[in-house]
Amino acid sequence: MDLDLMITSFPKLLGATIVTLKLLSASLFFGLFLGLFFAILRLNKNIFINKFAYVYSYIFRGTPLLVQIFIIYFGLGQIEYLRTTFLWVILKEPYWCAIIAFTLNTGAYTSEILRSAFQTIKPGIIEAGKSLGISNKIIFFKIQIPIAIRQSLPAYGNEIILMMKGTSLASTVTLMDLTGVAKYIISTTFKPIEVFVVAGGIYLFMTFIIHNVIKYLEKKYSFQQ
Amino acid sequence: MELLAFGKTGWGDELFYATLMTIAVSITAMLVGFLFALIFTPLKLSKYKALNLVGNFYTTVIRGVPELLVIYLFFFGGSGAIMYVASIFGYYEYIEINAFITGSMAIGIISGAYSTEVFRGAIQSIDKGQFEAAKVLGINKFGQFYKIILPQMLRLAIPNLSNVWQITLKDTSLISVTGLVEIMRQSYIAAGSTRDPLFFYSFAAVLYLLLTYVSMKLINKLEVKYSRGY
Repeated sequence: MDLDLMITSFPKLLGATIVTLKLLSASLFFGLFLGLFFAILRLNKNIFINKFAYVYSYIFRGTPLLVQIFIIYFGLGQIEYLRTTFLWVILKEPYWCAIIAFTLNTGAYTSEILRSAFQTIKPGIIEAGKSLGISNKIIFFKIQIPIAIRQSLPAYGNEIILMMKGTSLASTVTLMDLTGVAKYIISTTFKPIEVFVVAGGIYLFMTFIIHNVIKYLEKKYSFQQ
Repeated sequence: MELLAFGKTGWGDELFYATLMTIAVSITAMLVGFLFALIFTPLKLSKYKALNLVGNFYTTVIRGVPELLVIYLFFFGGSGAIMYVASIFGYYEYIEINAFITGSMAIGIISGAYSTEVFRGAIQSIDKGQFEAAKVLGINKFGQFYKIILPQMLRLAIPNLSNVWQITLKDTSLISVTGLVEIMRQSYIAAGSTRDPLFFYSFAAVLYLLLTYVSMKLINKLEVKYSRGY
């Protein structure tokens, strides 16, 4: 074990963690809205809208995240038309490509989580709201969404951790996130174990924090208070 | 479609063999994972705290660290570790491990952590009475596990194992960073030489979708078979 290397690489890896956290928070933020949007589409009675949302989540859950990033980063640049539009400003940056890919991916998983949460809400609760004369819009925002959020917390916590691990793929499109920097240090020093311990430790620490925050939220919003 | 022609003009045959490689790596990794699960599930369920700790350490670390990082560890550290062991036995030549073994070991260890959790959950959800009844009937430990616990456990484990299989299948795409020619790597090569990344990566996505779809259908059949009587 090379302790010196572990100590010198720690600040570098910690700096790269900020990139990882930025990618994670951006993709989770956009992904949550996308997921909610598609979950609502999934619950729609129109079969075409319904199927459209299903196909979206099927494709993004059925293919590896790596393929999705590569299609967006390497593939979309090939379309001549795109290069002339304002979208090119975003799509030529690996940073935004990674965020788009992560958002689409987490959006698919989130939509499944939220859909099943909406479906587990007992019809009696909605009927109770209706019989009290509350409008549909308020039932949705004030009754269904809060219950769905509570229901989906454990599954969503897993999704956050999966997404945190997914951000490591940003290193394949030249971004220097935690895994990217770790790989760089490994390939220059040929000390894989030391770097793995430090980088893995940082990842585990983040997992630990996320896990506990979710646990706290679950307790706070549990039905039996 | 010309790009997908078989033979020297297109990439059809290359991609076909790459798909076979992906399947081979996934199955090997899944089996390696079962081996790990076979070791670590008893540890996690053991009465002894120290053994529990070892089991928990394995599943927590592997499930909390990105797959790519584990693959880099194996890719860069694999031959070093083997050479170190060899040097103890007095062999100092350079040893190179092939990418298939490194890749399926790395993915196998990851898949094993998930399988361990699935098996642990399945065993724990079997009624205690089943263990006790088996004991009362005087069945030996081996028979207890294989004839009574395992069949009941499989029924509960198969839906979750199918998830593990999907995760494993998708994780194999990450081995492409080590140079093993599976779907992702082959698409990368094809995209580079034809300058048509959009087509080849989309085609790779279709191949993965096909693999996940077909395996889902097969696993569903298994599920029906094992849930007879329920």
